[in-house]
Amino acid sequence: MVKKPKKRIDLQPWQDPKAKPYIHIEGVSKDFDGHVAVDSVTLSVFQGEFFSLLGPSGCGKTTLLRMLAGLEMPSQGKIYIDGVDVTRRPAYDRPVNMMFQSYALFPHMNVEKNVAFGLKQERISRSEINERVKDALRLVQMETYGKRAPHQLSGGQKQRVALARSLVKRPKLLLLDEPLAALDKRLREQTQFELVTIQEKVGVTFIMVTHDQEEAMTMSTRLGVMDHGRMRQIGTPNEIYEYPNSDYVADFIGSINKFEGRVAEDETDHILVESEEAGCELYVSHSADVPIGSQVKVAIRPEKVMISTSPPEQKRNSTRGIVKDIGYLGDVSIYHVELASGKIVLATQPNLVRLAERPVTWDDEVYLYWRAENSIVLMT
Amino acid sequence: MRELWKKIQDSYAGSYLALIIPYAWILLFFMIPFLIVLKISFSDLKVGLPPYGPLLEWVEEGVLVIKLNFTNFAFIGTDSLYLFSYLESLVIAVLGTIGCLLIGYPMAYGIAKAKPPFRTLLLMLVILPFWTSFLLRVYAWIGILSTSGLLNTALMKVGIISSPLSILDTTYATIIGIVYCYLPFMILPLYASLEKIDYTLMEAAYDLGARPIQAFRRVIWPLSRPGVIAGSMLVLIPAVGEFVIPELLGGSQTLMIGKVLWNEFFTNRDWPVASALAVLMLILLVTPIAIFQRIQERQVRFLDAD
Amino acid sequence: MPTKLSPFLKTCMILGYAFLYVPIITLIVFSFNSSRLVTVWQGFSTKWYVSLLQDDVLLKSAWVSLQVATLAATFAVILGTLAAVALVRLGRFRGRQFFGILTTAPLVMPEVITGLALLLLFVGLEQMIGWPKGRGILTITIAHTTLCMAYVTILVRGRLAELDLSLEEAARDLGARPLKVFTAITLPLISPALVSGWLLAFVLSLDDLVLASFVAGPGSSTLPMVIFSSIRFGISPQINALATIIITAVAIGVMGAGWLLHRKKY
Repeated sequence: MVKKPKKRIDLQPWQDPKAKPYIHIEGVSKDFDGHVAVDSVTLSVFQGEFFSLLGPSGCGKTTLLRMLAGLEMPSQGKIYIDGVDVTRRPAYDRPVNMMFQSYALFPHMNVEKNVAFGLKQERISRSEINERVKDALRLVQMETYGKRAPHQLSGGQKQRVALARSLVKRPKLLLLDEPLAALDKRLREQTQFELVTIQEKVGVTFIMVTHDQEEAMTMSTRLGVMDHGRMRQIGTPNEIYEYPNSDYVADFIGSINKFEGRVAEDETDHILVESEEAGCELYVSHSADVPIGSQVKVAIRPEKVMISTSPPEQKRNSTRGIVKDIGYLGDVSIYHVELASGKIVLATQPNLVRLAERPVTWDDEVYLYWRAENSIVLMT
Repeated sequence: MRELWKKIQDSYAGSYLALIIPYAWILLFFMIPFLIVLKISFSDLKVGLPPYGPLLEWVEEGVLVIKLNFTNFAFIGTDSLYLFSYLESLVIAVLGTIGCLLIGYPMAYGIAKAKPPFRTLLLMLVILPFWTSFLLRVYAWIGILSTSGLLNTALMKVGIISSPLSILDTTYATIIGIVYCYLPFMILPLYASLEKIDYTLMEAAYDLGARPIQAFRRVIWPLSRPGVIAGSMLVLIPAVGEFVIPELLGGSQTLMIGKVLWNEFFTNRDWPVASALAVLMLILLVTPIAIFQRIQERQVRFLDAD
Repeated sequence: MPTKLSPFLKTCMILGYAFLYVPIITLIVFSFNSSRLVTVWQGFSTKWYVSLLQDDVLLKSAWVSLQVATLAATFAVILGTLAAVALVRLGRFRGRQFFGILTTAPLVMPEVITGLALLLLFVGLEQMIGWPKGRGILTITIAHTTLCMAYVTILVRGRLAELDLSLEEAARDLGARPLKVFTAITLPLISPALVSGWLLAFVLSLDDLVLASFVAGPGSSTLPMVIFSSIRFGISPQINALATIIITAVAIGVMGAGWLLHRKKY
């Protein structure tokens, strides 16, 4: 997951208690004949953000998006866009446009007519329509394809036209429903960056739905992880990855090692957990505010776990085991190490040397250790 | 004005218009007529136009009396001609359906297995006769089946028979006509269900040691059953009430109920008895129609769900 | 999956198609026979075509049939499309299933029953409210519309159900009001079904004998009614000639429509 340095939202308005949210979703629920698809979600998105809704299929993220578009009406709650209550406004009367997963290009219209469709619904002069269609197609580098029919376009080209069509009306908010799901892997990665570049250029607020965590991490300023209609955590990609607030979020984003244990100390600057599973005392450098003796999980990402053949100096956060398996991924290798408790711990190491010169191999006894500030305590 | 127009466009009244107009039409021109048939089947014959008596009558003290008259049904029950024609209709329709299935199944199967561009052509060739006049297709068989017709001439030339067979004006001719006219109705639903079958299932069956006939019986036949039922109903139901085919090919000895009803209506001008015959025919057909509707609904629901 | 056909299947198919087409071919061949006897070939002649064009009764009835078929097909497409839209797009409304059954019922109902029922309705209506005055093109058109809309509903319903719902949603999202969505997106996309529905309805109407016989009045005989009364008394080469014309027209029409629809495939 290579992250490009982004200059987009330098201000981080969500950090500023006085900042006014641009899109505000207030306790929104939706049930379909008794099945609760979205369960009292509250969310604020700021102007110019690229916000992602992330979750497995059926978690309610698409329903939430469709309520923002006006294609579904919330059963409860309010939706504000730029301070205006749009909860009951129909889709055709909202300053919001959507890019559909299937792209939904009208098959009986060529590219230009597709892009012009939205503008024609407003009272805009023909010359201005032509101008804006041209601009929009130029923005997505499709200006020479105006006369093509949708079925003559490749998947990537369709995606660009769909983007142009939804941006041409200059919406206050652009919704993207799995915009890259229909593309193959290589094209997807390339398009991710293009989409971000275009978003920066036009300055429109984007809300994207995706089930692909990597996509959400690379593209978004912030993301919200959803599960069973509920919003589980909202934060920057970094916050979500480094400080998941729950078992669910920790598991959903990347892989993680978890040790069960009992809280022995809970101070303002650290917490100490005794864990038989880990085979050592786990020292975490943040407090958790839980009673002594309660059961918690301590989590550590595989790339934060270090491996050595000789014992480290630290006694806490340090254990040992036998290398059971090594997954070679080219740039890194994943070591599966079995502890005395039978627990398998994953540790990712960059392949700094060639395979043959690797110091650790199958059935070696190794020491695993990590820094206290890299582990976290999960309560739920 | 513009605002008003916008309001009308926005309101859901527009979409309900889509419901109300066809609903009203079908109620007025399909549902109510059947109630009238039901009503008239219970009234008595009168000379005049319309040739039936009223069902509701005001007697002296302003009391509304319903006169239900079962004589029409009793008449049908006592005259064995009617009972016989109901039975014969059913037998002919069933035999015709079986004939369609025997000819149609291998054809539908062959079409489903053909290569795509060829498949379109084959399907088109099945549908094409359906687009040409039904009446004229029945008429063609008169020329083929009559004693001096093409079939007899050909058979005699070859020497298979020495004197002409009399096929025209028999029940056989009626069955042939039904099979011929309704074959597309059998092939199309059969094709639709056969086409959906994944033929690697057949290969899997072979792989597991099934012989072709077994594989067919255990795999293809059960999977194509919805098509078989839909096609059979689509042939059976209209065939029972068929009028043109028995009239033109069946001669006087073939008594099918559609023909009897027609004669009762047009020749004897006995509208109440004709209505009673229609009611009884509907009762006879309720079960197959219900089966057909259920398949239809299931298929549509399947489509809607997609 | 295309696989090789076994010899058995091949034979079945050849015989099946022969069964379908031999009668039609004999009709055509004997329309050019100079003999009055349809089954004995005497030589090539087009005289039956000439006599066909001089048969006023036939021509008049053909004109009635064309008028009725055009009207009935048009009404059937309008009503059938509305019914299909209501069934597919209005979601669950009360009586939806009843409505669904009613719209397809004329399809399976024996025509003698429908014809009888409609005639009784027309007679009753005329007695009660004086409409429809007598029977003729209007009543035949109503009867044919009722029958044909069932076919159109099924065709359009299938097409609507397989239409990507997000196309209509996208149009709405881009600012089109419901009626505009219907006219600018839905209607053009289901137009192939509308065209084939119209053609089917037209042909069904043109072909119908039973319904028309019940609800037609004096002087409004349709073409099938005239053909029927003439072939009741045996074979006539003139009818063969008529059949040939109809078959040729239909074949050209169907192939033309097929080609049009195929070309405009999305």
